Amino acid sequence: MSLEVREVSVSLDGHEIVRQVSLSVADGEWVTVIGPNGAGKSTLLRAVGGLVRWQGAIELFGRPAAALGRRERARLVAMVPQDPVVPPGMVVVEYVLLGRTPYIPPLGRESAADLAAVDAVLERLDLVGFAGRRLESLSGGERQRVFLARALAQGAKLLLLDEPTTALDIGHQQEVLELVDQLRRDAGLSVLATMHDLSIAGEYADRMVLLAGGRVVAAGPPREVLTQALLAEHYRARVRVIDGEHGPLVVPVR
Amino acid sequence: MTTTAPARLRAGWLAAGLGAVLVAALAGLALGPVRLSPAGVALQLLDLLPGVHVHSGLSPTEAAIVTQLRLPRVVLGLLVGATLSLAGGTYQGVFRNPLADPYLLGAAAGAGFGATVAIAVAHEALGGGRTAPGVPAAAFAGALVAVALTYALGASGGRYRTPATLILAGVAVTSFFTALQGFLQQRYVQEIREVYSWIMGRLTIAGWHDVWLLLPYTVGMAVVILAHRRELDVMSVGDEEAVSLGAHPQRTRIVLILTASLGTAAAVSVSGLIGFVGIIVPHTVRLMTGTSYRVILPLSMLFGGAFLALADLAARTLLAPNEVPIGVVTAFFGAPFFVVVLRTSRRMTS
Repeated sequence: MSLEVREVSVSLDGHEIVRQVSLSVADGEWVTVIGPNGAGKSTLLRAVGGLVRWQGAIELFGRPAAALGRRERARLVAMVPQDPVVPPGMVVVEYVLLGRTPYIPPLGRESAADLAAVDAVLERLDLVGFAGRRLESLSGGERQRVFLARALAQGAKLLLLDEPTTALDIGHQQEVLELVDQLRRDAGLSVLATMHDLSIAGEYADRMVLLAGGRVVAAGPPREVLTQALLAEHYRARVRVIDGEHGPLVVPVR
Repeated sequence: MTTTAPARLRAGWLAAGLGAVLVAALAGLALGPVRLSPAGVALQLLDLLPGVHVHSGLSPTEAAIVTQLRLPRVVLGLLVGATLSLAGGTYQGVFRNPLADPYLLGAAAGAGFGATVAIAVAHEALGGGRTAPGVPAAAFAGALVAVALTYALGASGGRYRTPATLILAGVAVTSFFTALQGFLQQRYVQEIREVYSWIMGRLTIAGWHDVWLLLPYTVGMAVVILAHRRELDVMSVGDEEAVSLGAHPQRTRIVLILTASLGTAAAVSVSGLIGFVGIIVPHTVRLMTGTSYRVILPLSMLFGGAFLALADLAARTLLAPNEVPIGVVTAFFGAPFFVVVLRTSRRMTS
């Protein structure tokens, strides 16, 4: 089991944002958390990434997350935030090298193994030609690949993706998600993602978790979660759910 | 197969930085009321090295001018410039703010207040017309008190504390100490000239004493900060992402702020307030070489030192036998130079 979350709650500024959430991600599995704005999706992901204080129990690859040091945790979980900081002037290869931070002694420098790991990632994500480019000069889709590259350079087996496709057009959304899916197969990664676009979310996820008001209100294969009744209740949305080849397709109707 | 390489200090830039220091030092030693040949000065310097004996061709008086009068001043200029540039570059990194300078957290205002107090007290105790003793110590103490106050204020925001809170606290502390200093200055109008000359910065009373005072701070600061230069690169993606990469940005920030503030206080205490160096030198280096602090910080030390030594040379020769305040020189020559670098580097990258 890559991730085991048991009855985890998170409070921010005295408000309980995530309440008693339990979920798990098996090795190689893709689980996507959906839910209306403010449901606590990002906060849940940040708790798993160790970025906010939480109560309850989180286990990463069988080890209690609370007992992991920052560097240890960073070797097990890599996170791509919703809107990563783009340091002005930084070039792609420097940025991807930052992903090796958990392997570099605090006051030390990169080893040959670190450089080789970055080489491999750049190669894998077709970024070799971009190595010397500044991040600011890249398009949205290219940038998303670079963010992903830094996360992969961490060598972690669990990938946390917070809204990985929000800034992208539909073609680039599919491109990025296909890439993640291939990586998942090739490198045996597990994925925990949050997503807004329900149809696309359903097509790529093995299982989905529907969060509303900080609680899990439904969980299971996409067909069980993406139902007209559940979406009407928790999103207050009028939708039609059509059976698609890779999962249900959610179409908004007036 | 590509070969990924991290940002490294390239040999060419390192040589350029060392060359700048050498040129600045030789010019500072050779030029002045008595002109000496750079070659003779260079040989005289070699002669100072233990175990090396060469004849420089300088007369004993000229040799004394080099070793007793000019050398300590040149070395002090190099040290102050290196310290302020390194502190400025560090602040810019930990606050992710390109406008950060070594005086951001109130060090300048605190030092100014401390110096003014020392000058005023000396006036009360010793009568007018005497140079006040203890000004460096008072400036040092004032700078440290101000930075400590800024940190305490910024930290009192509790968990809402962000780098911006700290900068705001610095603004408040700076205003407060500036007000205190203004009050004191009004009461001791006669002494205002001395305070004024101190605020504009000067290396005039430089002797080996000041060099020995500053050297341990500069060296200690350089060791601590340069050891953290990769951490500064990691912090450029923001605290949250740095944490998710396994770094400790808050801890690193505290260590680096304390170190840079201590170095700044030491520099201010021997040289007064020299503006401009700490903000412009790191930026110039960044524009020329790239964004990695691994390159920016060491080069800032070298070029900052060379820049200040040259500025001091201009300060004491332009209106000789009078001195121009060095802060005036750094801004007068530094600002147009920076504009040139800004324009040319824009053209190169766009």
